[in-house]
Amino acid sequence: MSNVKEVLLAPIFTNNPIGLQILGICSALAVTTKMSVALVMCIALTVVTAFSNMLISLIRNRIPTSIRIIVQMTVIASLVIVVDQVLGAVAYDMSKQLTVFIGLIITNCIVMGRAEAFAMQNPPGISFVDGIGNGLGYSVVLMSVAAIREFFGSGSLFGIEIMPLITNGGWYNPMGMMLLPPSAFFIIGLLIWALRSWKTEQVEAPEYEIGGHTALSQS
Amino acid sequence: MADNKDSIKNVIGMALSVCLVSAIIVAGSAVSLKPMRLANKEQDRNKNILIAAGLFQPGVTKEAQIGELFREFELRLVDLDANRLLTLDESSALGIDLSKYDQRRASKDPDLSMALATKEDIASIGRRAQYSVAYLLKKDKQIDKIVLPIHGYGLWSVLYGFVALENDFNTVIGITFYEHGETAGLGGEVENPRWKNLWIGKEIFDADGQVALTVVKGAVNPASKTLVHEVDGLSGASLTSRGVQNLIAFWLGEQGFGPLLKNIKG
Repeated sequence: MSNVKEVLLAPIFTNNPIGLQILGICSALAVTTKMSVALVMCIALTVVTAFSNMLISLIRNRIPTSIRIIVQMTVIASLVIVVDQVLGAVAYDMSKQLTVFIGLIITNCIVMGRAEAFAMQNPPGISFVDGIGNGLGYSVVLMSVAAIREFFGSGSLFGIEIMPLITNGGWYNPMGMMLLPPSAFFIIGLLIWALRSWKTEQVEAPEYEIGGHTALSQS
Repeated sequence: MADNKDSIKNVIGMALSVCLVSAIIVAGSAVSLKPMRLANKEQDRNKNILIAAGLFQPGVTKEAQIGELFREFELRLVDLDANRLLTLDESSALGIDLSKYDQRRASKDPDLSMALATKEDIASIGRRAQYSVAYLLKKDKQIDKIVLPIHGYGLWSVLYGFVALENDFNTVIGITFYEHGETAGLGGEVENPRWKNLWIGKEIFDADGQVALTVVKGAVNPASKTLVHEVDGLSGASLTSRGVQNLIAFWLGEQGFGPLLKNIKG
Protein backbone atom coordinates (compact mmCIF):
# COMPACT_ATOMS: atom_id res chain seq x y z
CA MET A 1 0.00 0.00 0.00
CA SER A 2 2.94 2.32 0.57
CA ASN A 3 3.36 2.24 -3.19
CA VAL A 4 -0.13 3.67 -3.70
CA LYS A 5 0.59 6.41 -1.19
CA GLU A 6 3.82 7.27 -2.94
CA VAL A 7 2.21 7.35 -6.38
CA LEU A 8 -0.52 9.60 -5.01
CA LEU A 9 1.61 11.99 -3.00
CA ALA A 10 4.92 12.15 -4.88
CA PRO A 11 3.58 14.36 -7.70
CA ILE A 12 2.45 16.98 -5.18
CA PHE A 13 5.91 18.17 -4.16
CA THR A 14 8.74 15.79 -5.01
CA ASN A 15 7.74 15.14 -8.63
CA ASN A 16 5.37 17.99 -9.34
CA PRO A 17 4.18 18.03 -12.97
CA ILE A 18 4.49 21.81 -13.23
CA GLY A 19 7.39 22.36 -10.83
CA LEU A 20 9.71 19.56 -11.91
CA GLN A 21 8.38 18.19 -15.16
CA ILE A 22 7.42 21.71 -16.41
CA LEU A 23 4.24 20.40 -18.02
CA GLY A 24 0.90 22.13 -18.36
CA ILE A 25 2.22 25.66 -18.05
CA CYS A 26 -0.07 27.12 -20.72
CA SER A 27 -3.32 26.64 -18.85
CA ALA A 28 -1.61 27.66 -15.61
CA LEU A 29 -1.14 31.12 -17.15
CA ALA A 30 -4.62 31.39 -18.56
CA VAL A 31 -7.04 30.38 -15.86
CA THR A 32 -5.39 31.64 -12.69
CA THR A 33 -6.80 35.15 -12.34
CA LYS A 34 -9.63 33.90 -10.14
CA MET A 35 -9.48 31.06 -7.62
CA SER A 36 -12.97 29.78 -8.36
CA VAL A 37 -12.17 29.40 -12.07
CA ALA A 38 -8.84 27.77 -11.28
CA LEU A 39 -10.56 25.32 -8.92
CA VAL A 40 -12.99 24.17 -11.61
CA MET A 41 -10.08 23.78 -14.02
CA CYS A 42 -8.17 21.71 -11.44
CA ILE A 43 -11.12 19.42 -10.82
CA ALA A 44 -11.71 19.00 -14.56
CA LEU A 45 -8.06 18.23 -15.22
CA THR A 46 -7.78 15.80 -12.30
CA VAL A 47 -10.88 13.91 -13.44
CA VAL A 48 -9.64 13.72 -17.02
CA THR A 49 -6.13 12.62 -16.05
CA ALA A 50 -7.38 9.96 -13.64
CA PHE A 51 -9.92 8.44 -16.00
CA SER A 52 -7.75 8.64 -19.11
CA ASN A 53 -4.96 6.91 -17.19
CA MET A 54 -7.35 4.21 -16.02
CA LEU A 55 -8.94 3.61 -19.42
CA ILE A 56 -5.67 3.60 -21.31
CA SER A 57 -4.17 1.26 -18.76
CA LEU A 58 -7.14 -1.10 -19.17
CA ILE A 59 -6.44 -1.51 -22.88
CA ARG A 60 -2.66 -1.04 -22.71
CA ASN A 61 -1.88 -4.62 -23.70
CA ARG A 62 -4.05 -4.37 -26.80
CA ILE A 63 -2.91 -0.92 -28.03
CA PRO A 64 -0.73 -1.36 -31.12
CA THR A 65 2.55 0.53 -30.70
CA SER A 66 2.21 2.20 -34.09
CA ILE A 67 -1.04 4.01 -33.26
CA ARG A 68 -0.74 4.30 -29.47
CA ILE A 69 -0.54 8.12 -29.42
CA ILE A 70 -3.68 8.42 -31.53
CA VAL A 71 -5.53 5.93 -29.36
CA GLN A 72 -4.49 7.91 -26.26
CA MET A 73 -5.62 11.15 -27.88
CA THR A 74 -9.00 9.67 -28.78
CA VAL A 75 -9.63 8.49 -25.23
CA ILE A 76 -8.49 11.83 -23.76
CA ALA A 77 -10.47 13.89 -26.27
CA SER A 78 -13.66 11.92 -25.58
CA LEU A 79 -13.26 12.44 -21.84
CA VAL A 80 -12.66 16.15 -22.29
CA ILE A 81 -15.79 16.50 -24.43
CA VAL A 82 -17.80 14.71 -21.75
CA VAL A 83 -16.38 17.00 -19.04
CA ASP A 84 -17.17 20.03 -21.20
CA GLN A 85 -20.75 18.82 -21.71
CA VAL A 86 -21.25 18.18 -18.01
CA LEU A 87 -19.90 21.63 -17.11
CA GLY A 88 -22.18 23.25 -19.69
CA ALA A 89 -25.13 21.49 -18.10
CA VAL A 90 -24.42 22.03 -14.41
CA ALA A 91 -22.14 25.08 -14.22
CA TYR A 92 -22.91 27.16 -17.29
CA ASP A 93 -21.38 30.42 -16.06
CA MET A 94 -18.18 28.64 -15.12
CA SER A 95 -17.95 26.92 -18.49
CA LYS A 96 -18.43 30.29 -20.19
CA GLN A 97 -15.58 31.78 -18.18
CA LEU A 98 -13.28 28.88 -18.95
CA THR A 99 -14.18 29.20 -22.65
CA VAL A 100 -11.68 27.27 -24.74
CA PHE A 101 -9.50 26.17 -21.86
CA ILE A 102 -11.65 23.14 -21.00
CA GLY A 103 -11.29 22.00 -24.57
CA LEU A 104 -7.57 22.67 -24.34
CA ILE A 105 -7.21 20.09 -21.55
CA ILE A 106 -6.78 17.75 -24.53
CA THR A 107 -3.51 19.43 -25.32
CA ASN A 108 -2.42 19.69 -21.70
CA CYS A 109 0.87 17.88 -21.61
CA ILE A 110 0.18 16.41 -18.17
CA VAL A 111 -2.69 14.21 -19.37
CA MET A 112 -0.86 12.83 -22.36
CA GLY A 113 2.45 12.68 -20.49
CA ARG A 114 1.02 10.51 -17.72
CA ALA A 115 -0.83 8.29 -20.19
CA GLU A 116 2.36 7.62 -22.14
CA ALA A 117 4.77 7.47 -19.21
CA PHE A 118 2.72 5.70 -16.57
CA ALA A 119 -0.55 4.20 -17.76
CA MET A 120 1.03 2.31 -20.67
CA GLN A 121 3.18 0.29 -18.23
CA ASN A 122 1.01 -0.05 -15.12
CA PRO A 123 -2.28 -1.69 -14.12
CA PRO A 124 -5.50 0.37 -14.08
CA GLY A 125 -5.87 0.86 -10.32
CA ILE A 126 -2.47 2.40 -9.74
CA SER A 127 -2.74 4.39 -12.99
CA PHE A 128 -5.95 5.94 -11.72
CA VAL A 129 -4.16 6.93 -8.49
CA ASP A 130 -1.27 8.33 -10.51
CA GLY A 131 -3.77 10.48 -12.45
CA ILE A 132 -5.31 11.78 -9.24
CA GLY A 133 -1.84 12.47 -7.80
CA ASN A 134 -0.67 14.42 -10.84
CA GLY A 135 -3.96 16.27 -10.95
CA LEU A 136 -3.39 17.25 -7.32
CA GLY A 137 0.17 18.33 -8.07
CA TYR A 138 -1.13 20.54 -10.87
CA SER A 139 -3.87 21.80 -8.56
CA VAL A 140 -1.45 22.77 -5.78
CA VAL A 141 0.53 24.98 -8.15
CA LEU A 142 -2.53 26.35 -9.94
CA MET A 143 -4.33 27.21 -6.72
CA SER A 144 -1.28 28.91 -5.18
CA VAL A 145 -0.74 30.97 -8.33
CA ALA A 146 -4.45 31.83 -8.45
CA ALA A 147 -4.46 32.77 -4.75
CA ILE A 148 -1.52 35.15 -5.21
CA ARG A 149 -2.96 36.65 -8.41
CA GLU A 150 -6.48 37.12 -7.10
CA PHE A 151 -5.30 38.45 -3.73
CA PHE A 152 -2.99 41.10 -5.17
CA GLY A 153 -4.84 41.65 -8.43
CA SER A 154 -8.41 41.92 -7.15
CA GLY A 155 -8.00 42.10 -3.37
CA SER A 156 -10.16 39.04 -2.88
CA LEU A 157 -10.00 35.26 -2.43
CA PHE A 158 -12.67 33.05 -4.04
CA GLY A 159 -14.48 36.28 -4.88
CA ILE A 160 -14.73 37.25 -1.20
CA GLU A 161 -13.30 40.69 -0.65
CA ILE A 162 -10.29 40.70 1.68
CA MET A 163 -8.76 44.08 0.86
CA PRO A 164 -11.41 46.63 -0.19
CA LEU A 165 -10.47 48.23 -3.51
CA ILE A 166 -10.16 51.98 -4.01
CA THR A 167 -12.73 51.73 -6.81
CA ASN A 168 -15.20 50.34 -4.28
CA GLY A 169 -14.37 52.96 -1.68
CA GLY A 170 -11.64 50.96 0.11
CA TRP A 171 -7.90 51.55 0.41
CA TYR A 172 -6.26 48.91 -1.76
CA ASN A 173 -4.94 49.89 -5.18
CA PRO A 174 -4.90 46.59 -7.12
CA MET A 175 -1.80 45.48 -9.01
CA GLY A 176 -3.05 45.38 -12.59
CA MET A 177 0.04 43.38 -13.54
CA MET A 178 -1.26 40.44 -11.49
CA LEU A 179 -4.26 40.09 -13.79
CA LEU A 180 -2.10 39.83 -16.90
CA PRO A 181 -0.68 36.47 -18.05
CA PRO A 182 3.02 37.37 -17.56
CA SER A 183 2.56 37.62 -13.79
CA ALA A 184 1.75 33.90 -13.71
CA PHE A 185 5.09 33.26 -15.40
CA PHE A 186 6.94 35.13 -12.67
CA ILE A 187 4.96 33.49 -9.89
CA ILE A 188 5.51 30.01 -11.29
CA GLY A 189 9.19 30.82 -11.70
CA LEU A 190 9.43 31.94 -8.08
CA LEU A 191 7.50 28.86 -6.92
CA ILE A 192 9.89 26.57 -8.79
CA TRP A 193 12.81 28.44 -7.25
CA ALA A 194 11.30 28.04 -3.78
CA LEU A 195 10.56 24.36 -4.38
CA ARG A 196 14.10 23.66 -5.57
CA SER A 197 15.68 25.51 -2.68
CA TRP A 198 13.64 23.28 -0.36
CA LYS A 199 14.21 20.03 -2.26
CA THR A 200 17.70 20.58 -3.61
CA GLU A 201 17.79 17.19 -5.38
CA GLN A 202 15.46 18.72 -8.01
CA VAL A 203 18.10 21.18 -9.15
CA GLU A 204 19.36 20.18 -12.58
CA ALA A 205 23.06 20.27 -13.36
CA PRO A 206 23.84 23.27 -15.57
CA GLU A 207 24.12 22.27 -19.21
CA TYR A 208 27.00 24.64 -19.81
CA GLU A 209 29.28 26.93 -17.83
CA ILE A 210 29.87 30.50 -18.81
CA GLY A 211 33.55 30.82 -19.69
CA GLY A 212 35.70 33.79 -18.73
CA HIS A 213 36.11 36.78 -21.07
CA THR A 214 34.61 35.08 -24.09
CA ALA A 215 33.27 38.36 -25.38
CA LEU A 216 36.77 39.90 -25.41
CA SER A 217 38.47 37.00 -27.12
CA GLN A 218 35.97 37.10 -29.97
CA SER A 219 36.51 40.74 -30.80
CA MET B 1 -2.43 -12.34 -27.96
CA ALA B 2 0.02 -9.78 -26.71
CA ASP B 3 2.65 -10.82 -29.23
CA ASN B 4 0.53 -10.04 -32.30
CA LYS B 5 -0.89 -6.73 -31.08
CA ASP B 6 1.05 -4.98 -33.83
CA SER B 7 -0.51 -7.05 -36.59
CA ILE B 8 -2.41 -5.06 -39.20
CA LYS B 9 -5.62 -6.81 -38.21
CA ASN B 10 -5.23 -5.71 -34.62
CA VAL B 11 -4.27 -2.15 -35.57
CA ILE B 12 -7.42 -1.74 -37.64
CA GLY B 13 -9.62 -3.58 -35.16
CA MET B 14 -8.30 -1.57 -32.24
CA ALA B 15 -8.65 1.75 -34.08
CA LEU B 16 -12.24 0.97 -35.03
CA SER B 17 -13.31 -0.25 -31.60
CA VAL B 18 -11.71 2.70 -29.77
CA CYS B 19 -13.48 5.08 -32.17
CA LEU B 20 -16.79 3.28 -31.78
CA VAL B 21 -16.72 3.23 -27.98
CA SER B 22 -15.58 6.88 -27.80
CA ALA B 23 -18.27 7.95 -30.24
CA ILE B 24 -20.98 6.20 -28.20
CA ILE B 25 -19.78 7.83 -24.96
CA VAL B 26 -19.53 11.32 -26.48
CA ALA B 27 -22.85 11.07 -28.31
CA GLY B 28 -24.55 9.62 -25.23
CA SER B 29 -23.42 12.45 -22.98
CA ALA B 30 -24.23 15.09 -25.59
CA VAL B 31 -27.76 13.80 -26.11
CA SER B 32 -28.58 13.18 -22.46
CA LEU B 33 -27.32 16.58 -21.29
CA LYS B 34 -28.80 18.56 -24.16
CA PRO B 35 -32.04 19.67 -22.41
CA MET B 36 -30.04 21.08 -19.48
CA ARG B 37 -27.62 22.85 -21.76
CA LEU B 38 -30.42 24.41 -23.78
CA ALA B 39 -32.21 25.60 -20.64
CA ASN B 40 -28.95 27.17 -19.44
CA LYS B 41 -28.43 28.83 -22.80
CA GLU B 42 -31.88 30.36 -22.79
CA GLN B 43 -31.44 31.60 -19.23
CA ASP B 44 -28.11 33.14 -20.25
CA ARG B 45 -29.69 34.81 -23.27
CA ASN B 46 -32.45 36.30 -21.13
CA LYS B 47 -29.85 37.44 -18.64
CA ASN B 48 -27.98 39.23 -21.42
CA ILE B 49 -31.15 41.02 -22.52
CA LEU B 50 -31.55 42.19 -18.93
CA ILE B 51 -27.89 43.25 -18.71
CA ALA B 52 -28.15 45.21 -21.97
CA ALA B 53 -31.20 47.03 -20.61
CA GLY B 54 -29.34 47.76 -17.37
CA LEU B 55 -31.80 45.76 -15.27
CA PHE B 56 -29.42 43.06 -14.17
CA GLN B 57 -26.30 43.97 -12.22
CA PRO B 58 -23.89 41.01 -12.39
CA GLY B 59 -22.86 40.04 -8.89
CA VAL B 60 -25.65 42.10 -7.34
CA THR B 61 -28.87 40.74 -8.77
CA LYS B 62 -29.56 37.09 -8.03
CA GLU B 63 -29.73 34.56 -10.87
CA ALA B 64 -33.06 33.38 -9.50
CA GLN B 65 -34.59 36.76 -10.29
CA ILE B 66 -33.91 36.47 -14.02
CA GLY B 67 -37.28 34.93 -14.81
CA GLU B 68 -39.12 37.49 -12.75
CA LEU B 69 -37.26 40.48 -14.22
CA PHE B 70 -37.59 39.11 -17.72
CA ARG B 71 -41.39 39.05 -17.44
CA GLU B 72 -41.36 42.85 -17.43
CA PHE B 73 -40.46 42.81 -21.11
CA GLU B 74 -43.08 42.86 -23.80
CA LEU B 75 -41.96 40.69 -26.69
CA ARG B 76 -42.98 41.85 -30.13
CA LEU B 77 -42.21 40.45 -33.53
CA VAL B 78 -40.50 42.86 -35.91
CA ASP B 79 -41.14 42.63 -39.63
CA LEU B 80 -37.86 43.81 -41.11
CA ASP B 81 -39.35 44.11 -44.61
CA ALA B 82 -42.38 46.18 -43.59
CA ASN B 83 -40.33 47.92 -40.87
CA ARG B 84 -42.91 47.75 -38.14
CA LEU B 85 -43.75 45.96 -34.92
CA LEU B 86 -46.38 43.32 -35.49
CA THR B 87 -49.24 43.05 -33.03
CA LEU B 88 -49.47 39.88 -30.97
CA ASP B 89 -52.46 38.75 -33.08
CA GLU B 90 -50.47 39.18 -36.26
CA SER B 91 -47.54 37.17 -34.97
CA SER B 92 -49.77 34.35 -33.77
CA ALA B 93 -51.50 34.43 -37.18
CA LEU B 94 -48.05 33.77 -38.67
CA GLY B 95 -47.80 30.77 -36.37
CA ILE B 96 -44.78 32.15 -34.55
CA ASP B 97 -44.46 31.62 -30.81
CA LEU B 98 -42.54 34.70 -29.68
CA SER B 99 -40.82 33.14 -26.69
CA LYS B 100 -39.58 30.26 -28.83
CA TYR B 101 -38.83 32.11 -32.08
CA ASP B 102 -35.39 31.12 -33.35
CA GLN B 103 -34.04 33.87 -35.57
CA ARG B 104 -30.90 31.89 -36.20
CA ARG B 105 -32.85 29.02 -37.71
CA ALA B 106 -35.11 31.42 -39.62
CA SER B 107 -32.04 33.04 -41.19
CA LYS B 108 -31.23 29.72 -42.85
CA ASP B 109 -34.77 29.07 -44.07
CA PRO B 110 -35.30 30.42 -47.62
CA ASP B 111 -39.00 31.03 -46.88
CA LEU B 112 -38.27 33.17 -43.85
CA SER B 113 -35.17 35.02 -44.93
CA MET B 114 -33.52 36.71 -47.86
CA ALA B 115 -30.01 36.57 -49.23
CA LEU B 116 -28.07 39.80 -48.88
CA ALA B 117 -26.16 41.33 -51.73
CA THR B 118 -22.43 41.62 -51.01
CA LYS B 119 -22.69 45.40 -50.85
CA GLU B 120 -25.50 45.35 -48.31
CA ASP B 121 -24.01 42.58 -46.23
CA ILE B 122 -21.62 44.63 -44.11
CA ALA B 123 -21.97 42.32 -41.13
CA SER B 124 -21.01 39.28 -43.31
CA ILE B 125 -24.02 37.23 -42.27
CA GLY B 126 -25.10 36.07 -45.73
CA ARG B 127 -28.82 35.89 -45.08
CA ARG B 128 -31.18 38.00 -42.99
CA ALA B 129 -34.40 36.67 -41.49
CA GLN B 130 -37.59 38.58 -42.25
CA TYR B 131 -38.67 38.55 -38.64
CA SER B 132 -36.82 39.42 -35.49
CA VAL B 133 -37.93 39.90 -31.92
CA ALA B 134 -37.79 43.23 -30.09
CA TYR B 135 -37.95 43.34 -26.30
CA LEU B 136 -39.85 46.37 -25.09
CA LEU B 137 -39.98 47.92 -21.65
CA LYS B 138 -42.98 50.18 -21.35
CA LYS B 139 -43.79 53.04 -19.06
CA ASP B 140 -47.29 54.58 -19.20
CA LYS B 141 -47.99 52.50 -22.33
CA GLN B 142 -45.11 54.23 -24.14
CA ILE B 143 -41.93 52.43 -25.11
CA ASP B 144 -39.29 53.38 -22.55
CA LYS B 145 -36.49 51.04 -23.57
CA ILE B 146 -36.04 48.74 -26.52
CA VAL B 147 -33.65 45.78 -26.71
CA LEU B 148 -32.75 44.48 -30.16
CA PRO B 149 -30.89 41.29 -31.12
CA ILE B 150 -27.78 41.83 -33.23
CA HIS B 151 -25.24 39.53 -34.80
CA GLY B 152 -22.38 39.67 -37.23
CA TYR B 153 -19.02 38.25 -38.11
CA GLY B 154 -15.96 39.15 -36.05
CA LEU B 155 -12.61 37.52 -36.70
CA TRP B 156 -13.32 33.82 -36.23
CA SER B 157 -16.99 33.59 -35.54
CA VAL B 158 -20.41 35.15 -35.58
CA LEU B 159 -20.98 37.27 -32.49
CA TYR B 160 -24.50 37.19 -31.08
CA GLY B 161 -25.64 39.93 -28.77
CA PHE B 162 -28.12 42.59 -27.84
CA VAL B 163 -28.16 46.34 -27.91
CA ALA B 164 -30.56 48.35 -25.75
CA LEU B 165 -31.66 51.87 -26.68
CA GLU B 166 -33.35 54.70 -24.78
CA ASN B 167 -36.75 55.96 -25.90
CA ASP B 168 -35.09 58.47 -28.22
CA PHE B 169 -34.10 55.32 -30.19
CA ASN B 170 -30.59 56.70 -30.50
CA THR B 171 -28.83 56.60 -27.12
CA VAL B 172 -27.29 53.28 -26.11
CA ILE B 173 -28.25 51.89 -22.70
CA GLY B 174 -26.03 48.90 -23.02
CA ILE B 175 -24.62 46.22 -25.30
CA THR B 176 -23.86 42.57 -24.59
CA PHE B 177 -22.58 39.59 -26.47
CA TYR B 178 -23.71 36.22 -25.21
CA GLU B 179 -22.18 33.92 -27.79
CA HIS B 180 -19.03 34.16 -29.85
CA GLY B 181 -15.86 32.27 -30.65
CA GLU B 182 -13.35 35.10 -30.62
CA THR B 183 -9.90 34.66 -29.07
CA ALA B 184 -10.16 34.65 -25.29
CA GLY B 185 -8.38 37.67 -23.83
CA LEU B 186 -8.32 39.59 -27.14
CA GLY B 187 -11.53 39.56 -29.19
CA GLY B 188 -13.17 37.73 -26.31
CA GLU B 189 -12.94 40.98 -24.38
CA VAL B 190 -16.25 41.97 -26.02
CA GLU B 191 -17.61 40.38 -22.85
CA ASN B 192 -15.53 42.60 -20.59
CA PRO B 193 -17.91 44.72 -18.46
CA ARG B 194 -15.44 47.62 -18.50
CA TRP B 195 -15.50 47.76 -22.30
CA LYS B 196 -19.26 47.34 -22.43
CA ASN B 197 -19.60 50.28 -20.04
CA LEU B 198 -17.89 52.51 -22.63
CA TRP B 199 -20.99 52.12 -24.80
CA ILE B 200 -23.41 53.59 -22.29
CA GLY B 201 -24.70 56.98 -23.46
CA LYS B 202 -23.18 56.75 -26.93
CA GLU B 203 -25.41 57.80 -29.80
CA ILE B 204 -25.95 55.59 -32.83
CA PHE B 205 -27.21 58.09 -35.41
CA ASP B 206 -25.84 61.43 -36.55
CA ALA B 207 -28.02 64.49 -37.27
CA ASP B 208 -28.90 63.11 -40.73
CA GLY B 209 -30.14 59.84 -39.28
CA GLN B 210 -27.21 57.82 -40.61
CA VAL B 211 -25.45 55.24 -38.42
CA ALA B 212 -22.40 57.11 -37.16
CA LEU B 213 -21.21 54.86 -34.36
CA THR B 214 -17.64 53.75 -34.85
CA VAL B 215 -15.30 51.54 -32.88
CA VAL B 216 -12.04 53.44 -33.21
CA LYS B 217 -8.59 51.90 -33.20
CA GLY B 218 -6.98 52.44 -29.82
CA ALA B 219 -8.51 54.91 -27.40
CA VAL B 220 -11.03 57.60 -28.22
CA ASN B 221 -9.62 61.13 -28.40
CA PRO B 222 -11.57 63.04 -25.72
CA ALA B 223 -11.35 66.20 -27.86
CA SER B 224 -12.96 64.49 -30.84
CA LYS B 225 -15.97 66.29 -32.33
CA THR B 226 -17.75 63.00 -32.84
CA LEU B 227 -16.94 61.74 -29.34
CA VAL B 228 -20.55 60.79 -28.72
CA HIS B 229 -20.38 58.29 -31.60
CA GLU B 230 -16.99 56.76 -30.74
CA VAL B 231 -16.05 53.74 -28.66
CA ASP B 232 -12.53 52.52 -27.86
CA GLY B 233 -11.41 49.54 -29.91
CA LEU B 234 -10.32 46.35 -28.20
CA SER B 235 -6.56 46.24 -28.04
CA GLY B 236 -5.10 43.35 -29.98
CA ALA B 237 -8.43 42.70 -31.65
CA SER B 238 -8.80 45.12 -34.55
CA LEU B 239 -10.84 42.70 -36.63
CA THR B 240 -13.26 41.85 -33.84
CA SER B 241 -13.65 45.59 -33.16
CA ARG B 242 -14.35 46.21 -36.82
CA GLY B 243 -16.83 43.32 -36.80
CA VAL B 244 -18.69 44.92 -33.90
CA GLN B 245 -18.78 48.26 -35.71
CA ASN B 246 -20.06 46.54 -38.86
CA LEU B 247 -22.77 44.60 -37.12
CA ILE B 248 -24.02 47.77 -35.42
CA ALA B 249 -23.97 49.54 -38.79
CA PHE B 250 -25.92 46.68 -40.35
CA TRP B 251 -28.54 46.05 -37.69
CA LEU B 252 -29.28 49.71 -37.05
CA GLY B 253 -28.98 50.57 -40.73
CA GLU B 254 -31.37 50.31 -43.67
CA GLN B 255 -31.45 46.51 -43.82
CA GLY B 256 -31.84 46.18 -40.07
CA PHE B 257 -33.88 48.01 -37.48
CA GLY B 258 -33.04 51.54 -38.72
CA PRO B 259 -36.31 52.25 -40.60
CA LEU B 260 -38.36 50.63 -37.82
CA LEU B 261 -36.80 52.90 -35.22
CA LYS B 262 -37.58 55.93 -37.37
CA ASN B 263 -41.16 54.72 -37.83
CA ILE B 264 -41.90 54.23 -34.15
CA LYS B 265 -40.19 57.48 -33.29
CA GLY B 266 -42.74 59.03 -35.69
